[in-house]
Amino acid sequence: MTTTATPPQPAYRDTPARRAVAFARNAWRGLTSMRTALILLFLLALAAMPGALLPQRTLNPPKTEQYIADHGWWGTLLDRLQFFNVYSSVWFSAIYLLLMVSLVGCLAPRSLEYVRSMRAKPVLTPRNLSRMPHFHEARLDASPDKVFETARARLKGWRTAERDEDGGVRTISAERGYLRETGNLVFHFAMLGLIIAFALGKMYSYEGQVIVQADGSQFCNSGILNYDSFSPGLRVDGTDLNPFCVKVDDFSARYTEANQPVGYQSHIEYQSGADLRNDVWKPYLLEVNSPLRTAGDRVYLLGNGYSPTFTVTYPNGEKRTQTIQWRTTDPSTMLAEGATKFDPPGITDAAERRTKQLAVTGLLAPTPFVHEGVLTSTAPQLNGPMVAVDVMRGDLGLDSGRSQSIFEIDQSMVDDGRLKRVARENLAVGQAITLDDGTKVGFDGVERWVSLQVSHDPTQDYVLVFAVAMLLGLGASLLIKRRRVWIRVSPAPAGEGGTVVQVGGLARTDQAGYGEEFHRIADAATKSGGGTPAKG
Amino acid sequence: MPVNETLSQYSDWSYTTATAIYVLALVFFLIEQSFGAKGRLAAERSGARQLVGAGAPVEAPPPAPVRPVRGRAERIGRMGVSLTVLGVLLHVTALLLRGLATHRVPWGNMYEYIMAVTFIAVVTWLVVLRKFPVRHLSGFMLLPVVILMFVGGTALYTVAAPVQPALQSYWLWIHVSAAIISSGVFMVPGVASICYLIRSAHERDERRFARFAPKLPDAAVLDRVAYRATVLAFPLFTFGVLCGAVWAESAWGRFWGWDPKETTAFVAWVVYAAYLHSRATAGWRGTRAAVINVLGFAVMVFNLFFVNLVTTGLHSYAGVG
Repeated sequence: MTTTATPPQPAYRDTPARRAVAFARNAWRGLTSMRTALILLFLLALAAMPGALLPQRTLNPPKTEQYIADHGWWGTLLDRLQFFNVYSSVWFSAIYLLLMVSLVGCLAPRSLEYVRSMRAKPVLTPRNLSRMPHFHEARLDASPDKVFETARARLKGWRTAERDEDGGVRTISAERGYLRETGNLVFHFAMLGLIIAFALGKMYSYEGQVIVQADGSQFCNSGILNYDSFSPGLRVDGTDLNPFCVKVDDFSARYTEANQPVGYQSHIEYQSGADLRNDVWKPYLLEVNSPLRTAGDRVYLLGNGYSPTFTVTYPNGEKRTQTIQWRTTDPSTMLAEGATKFDPPGITDAAERRTKQLAVTGLLAPTPFVHEGVLTSTAPQLNGPMVAVDVMRGDLGLDSGRSQSIFEIDQSMVDDGRLKRVARENLAVGQAITLDDGTKVGFDGVERWVSLQVSHDPTQDYVLVFAVAMLLGLGASLLIKRRRVWIRVSPAPAGEGGTVVQVGGLARTDQAGYGEEFHRIADAATKSGGGTPAKG
Repeated sequence: MPVNETLSQYSDWSYTTATAIYVLALVFFLIEQSFGAKGRLAAERSGARQLVGAGAPVEAPPPAPVRPVRGRAERIGRMGVSLTVLGVLLHVTALLLRGLATHRVPWGNMYEYIMAVTFIAVVTWLVVLRKFPVRHLSGFMLLPVVILMFVGGTALYTVAAPVQPALQSYWLWIHVSAAIISSGVFMVPGVASICYLIRSAHERDERRFARFAPKLPDAAVLDRVAYRATVLAFPLFTFGVLCGAVWAESAWGRFWGWDPKETTAFVAWVVYAAYLHSRATAGWRGTRAAVINVLGFAVMVFNLFFVNLVTTGLHSYAGVG
């Protein structure tokens, strides 16, 4: 109030700077309050939910595009608002960053308080112990010193403080369960560490998938071009990958009689480090749930399928043989589809070559069943496999500059009339089609392929350490009880002899059932003296 | 190894019988709840005594609680407990036989998972009954159990079979059993918190639930049941998620990938964390905390049904369809 005659004290002047400081302080207090933390926790839960309900780009890109296409303006709006990349969206990041700030703001003062309380002595014994939630009193025949010694011995392991009061009265204050707050702080700090390690991992990790023929073919982790797909972290540019090579010798799958898969395994060989220079291959049995761990990376067996082998014999007698993976369309019967593409040999003129390219496309059935000319598969095992193929001739569009799937032909080329079907037939192993120009397309057999994933995450060990610390801290903070007990030993009123002992107890944590332990302590403190309880 | 069809058949019979016995026990408990005025009043008195004991001087050792007068409803309630124990025995038999029949842990698909979760829920409830005077609430606890077991045994039933290669790991033991135990225990605070909400609404306004709420135990007892069970289940749940991450690292190539199941488990974890924090926040104790707990359980149920049956993710092991 500046209306008074005396000039206002400068210390209380309401300057803009002060207002800013006050605002900042209040904002900080607000942000670090438990109420705000709770609301942020709810927002975090709420914000994470769309990730489970909507398709996510990182997990399933085609499904995401399909969803957006199917939902018109709504899909576009959701896409604009980053609902298909929830966990890297601005709003999700904002919530967890605020939560982290709030956590730090909460932990800092709490840690100071913790250090202070670890140094402090247990509090004074209250004057009136009978007002404590737990209370017990007894008259004993033994001397006060002896009773006091017994009580002191019983409270071994507690943090205690002994004090003398007037009239020869002695007290012990004891407190236990400090690990509760220790666990609480460990949990929260470990969670901070986990989030940071996780975020760093996202920056420096990469994942790459590659399909390798299980016929002794090799894959080397020397560059991203060796992969079919590669998803790097923000700070990974694809150079300096950990060098190692893998050679896939075979693949086998076991099935029950009902054709349910029970086991996949692949014998591989690998080399890394010095083995690369000395060309030493080490064997490994790659299975689901048992990845190869080498050179700081992991190699997983993710999928498998069939690759048909086709041989094209050109009219001039030249042969070209290819074994290309076809993709599985039905995991239960392993029916596969794909396109094996051939460039004619010996033709240097690009325009002419573009009229003579061949593609063998269609279905592959490991256990075939043909009904009215239509091929299907009845089981996943190889049992006289057959293919139902269209042979396409013309321009495959390989020179067009557009990328195309190895499993499909470019449909626009067919629509333009530049790629024409010249044969359609079902083939068993060993059979062949002869085209109108004398070219023979033969089906030679089926090989297996495996799809491997290489994962690199330099921080995952730290994440594990932090997660274990979190779990231990959480257990301690929830299951340990903080409790206090006070014992007051006084000589009985003059003339009566003996000792009066009072025991009071207080559980300092929410909903803690502390009664039983208290009774054990009270019994020990009041019975050992050999006296008779005067009360209770 | 081939599946032992005979054992699997016995397992199915055990399961069906256990469900039927739970239904019977449920009826008994509802009778006690509806007509057991004497037993209920006695339970409330002992509940009140226990509460006073926690906040006022206690004479040690505490006197043995006075045996309540045994009315007919009271006896029926006790029979309900005996029936529940019998049901639990059959339930565990069904679980064991299923495991013996398939030569693996009996939680490889959704039917078996539900069988195990409901088993844990009933066992947890029996433990709660020993510590808290809430027997006449058993009907409300058995209701979701029976519904789950019925849905599991009919719509989600799966013939005994081996599991797919991705599940053949010792982590199936550890990760899924942690998930089962925590989900089963979480069912208790879920039910207790719903009862708490009804009771506390009545305590605020006598006219609300005027006929039903007085038969519920004191709100403080319900709150304590919910808190104690949550505090037990939450670290277990955390352990389960952690083991899941370790398993995912060796099976799928990454320890965390925001798979729908992982995401929903994360959401449930955050909600239960919010519950624990809410109990330490002024203005959030009591009703709001109970609402959060119910919400947490709703997320768990959502994670079991919606995520398994509707979304497609890496956790699609339901074995349905």
